Amino acid sequence: MHQANLSPPIPDSLPTTPSPLTSPGLRGAPPSADERAQANDVIPVSDATETLVHVDNLRIHFPSRRSPTRIVEGISYSVARGETLGIVGESGSGKTLSSLAILRLLPRPAQIAGGRIVFEGEDLAGKSDEDMRRLRGKRIAMVFQNPGFSLHPLMTIGAQLSEILAVHENLARKDAHARIEELLQLVGISDPGTRIRQYPHELSGGMKQRVCIARALLCNPSLVLADEPTTSLDVTIQAQILELFEELKARFRMSMIFVTHDMGVVARIADRIAVMYAGQICETADAETIFSNPQHPYTRALLGSTPRVDQRSTRASGFRLPTIGGSGPTILHQGDGCRFAARCPEAAPECTRLAPLPLTVRPGHSVQCLKRGSIGGANHA
Amino acid sequence: MLEPVPSEASLGPLLTVRNLSKSYPVTRSGLLRKKVVGTIDAVRDVSFSVDAGETLSIVGESGCGKTTTARSILNLVDPTSGEIQYQGRDVVRTFATGARGDVLALRRQMQYVFQDPYLSLNPRWSIRQILREPLRIHQRGESSSWDDQIEQLLARVGLPGSYADRYPHEFSGGQRQRIGIARALAVDPRLLICDEPVSSLDVSVRAQVLNLLADLQDQLSLSYLYISHDLGSVRFLSRRVAVMYLGTIVEIGDVDAIFDRPRHHYTAALLSAIPVADPRRSAMAKSVRGEAPSVTERPRGCPFHTRCPAARPICRDEVPALMQDDPDHKVACHNPR
Repeated sequence: MHQANLSPPIPDSLPTTPSPLTSPGLRGAPPSADERAQANDVIPVSDATETLVHVDNLRIHFPSRRSPTRIVEGISYSVARGETLGIVGESGSGKTLSSLAILRLLPRPAQIAGGRIVFEGEDLAGKSDEDMRRLRGKRIAMVFQNPGFSLHPLMTIGAQLSEILAVHENLARKDAHARIEELLQLVGISDPGTRIRQYPHELSGGMKQRVCIARALLCNPSLVLADEPTTSLDVTIQAQILELFEELKARFRMSMIFVTHDMGVVARIADRIAVMYAGQICETADAETIFSNPQHPYTRALLGSTPRVDQRSTRASGFRLPTIGGSGPTILHQGDGCRFAARCPEAAPECTRLAPLPLTVRPGHSVQCLKRGSIGGANHA
Repeated sequence: MLEPVPSEASLGPLLTVRNLSKSYPVTRSGLLRKKVVGTIDAVRDVSFSVDAGETLSIVGESGCGKTTTARSILNLVDPTSGEIQYQGRDVVRTFATGARGDVLALRRQMQYVFQDPYLSLNPRWSIRQILREPLRIHQRGESSSWDDQIEQLLARVGLPGSYADRYPHEFSGGQRQRIGIARALAVDPRLLICDEPVSSLDVSVRAQVLNLLADLQDQLSLSYLYISHDLGSVRFLSRRVAVMYLGTIVEIGDVDAIFDRPRHHYTAALLSAIPVADPRRSAMAKSVRGEAPSVTERPRGCPFHTRCPAARPICRDEVPALMQDDPDHKVACHNPR
């Protein structure tokens, strides 16, 4: 009986019924081998392909009468169509706030203090609230960390999904219903006809997250933001959800910003990776380079300090894990200079005075570190 | 009264757990009172031992019973049945009916490090009060020596003595977990039961605490029962590992043997589900299908047969026993890999 509920494989081809929502961007035919190869080739150099989002020198502050707390300080990145950008960082690195800023969903008192968020040619930072409401859930969708909190406990799955279609799409009830069932099927929920009548508490954590992913895809968004979508799940379920994201990526050339603290997860899902520390991006490169040739001391330390399940324990011979000294980043401690300097094994005196600017070491690989040749700038914009 | 621990090499295992089970009644409200309509076996027939100076890890996903097992040992939950022996002393009986002196003596041998350092320290107590409490309860030396002992404990876990008069909210997660470890060490235990001690910590701090646990083990020849779902830290810290699924141990033995060549299909699924920090290796085997059934709907036969890629008819009917494979490797499977 359990077997009946096991996640079925995603159907090999899209349902043939033409969906009223078909848009060339996302719901087109699966990419041909050529297209896919091309996407892979151009990924490291995002400028060579169509840029979907470009975040330029974004700053997020907590305002205060004296001097604002600078939560996120001048980060820049872009995501090409069909690309997944992984943003890795520890708690307090600003990775979640910077992705919420794209949707203009910053919790008070945080506010965008500068910079541009260019999405499909428009600057979101300057848009009206009404325009943003029309955009959220339709052109940019989000999958949150905890599926238990992001579904309404008193509404059935069907009711909360059709609400989104009612807001954004002008669909007949029957079509909306069909669309929801189609998507639930797509994310690996068997028997969607039953599931849409159920409440969130009747589903397991993994199933709820699948519903959240279906919800994000309802209106064919151009961009999906996923904030630690597998962190609250057990590892075997996490593996299934990552597999689902991979399928969706390959099939729809979905563009995604995937926020996580887990180097293993990001290795699996991301085409390019930005490593954040204390509100700044310290290194950006394609996924393989981040792991094979990391430049920033923080990236190196992060990779070195994670005990690996595939490496024999050599504790008997006195082996200890490489560590990063001190405590995690705190938003309150902000001197001038590099924010990692206090914990950096390579820090030189100038590191505490001058903030490093991004330096492109190779096409598609940029690093912010004075010891790697970055130019120092003043921290205050 | 109990004697100080004799030299350990001469004795058998420090801690032996035999056929431990913990079940909870399922009730439905009846006309006058609640009726018991069934039971949930959170832990079922679990046996293992921990040798002096070694680390045994218990791994598994949420709901597999690893924490209940750990808590049963210190009587934080009452085991339903089974036997727990600490160096030949009956732990269950001592906690149930023993004299206060005997109970305290047992607690001095075994201490617990909790998962969440934000919940396990009283926010209204200074670190000095927190660390003084075990010294006072267990009467560790003259009260005039307690301040010195507190300073030594903090030094042991890598914190300056001047921190003693601060409060928990002034510390980061990693520092709080150090304080939690210092509190456990206050009574000079032989066995630490560490329940996910690093899972709430950030990556960069996690390595520090794991190294601290390794250092303390070497310096104080401590034994650890380390509960975790983070298999990387398990491989670093432990010599042996027990894999739990739906309340039972499915595989137990040497950590390198099991991680390099898992024999139970669940262990293999668990290991292959862990994303490796290497994009070239991320094209992994297909993930195991389905989800763990709830303990209320435990399948008959092998608990894993509903998801197992190698299930046979016998797996549906008969619970496989934990069988010796190699000298230090046991597996409960009708059709091992």
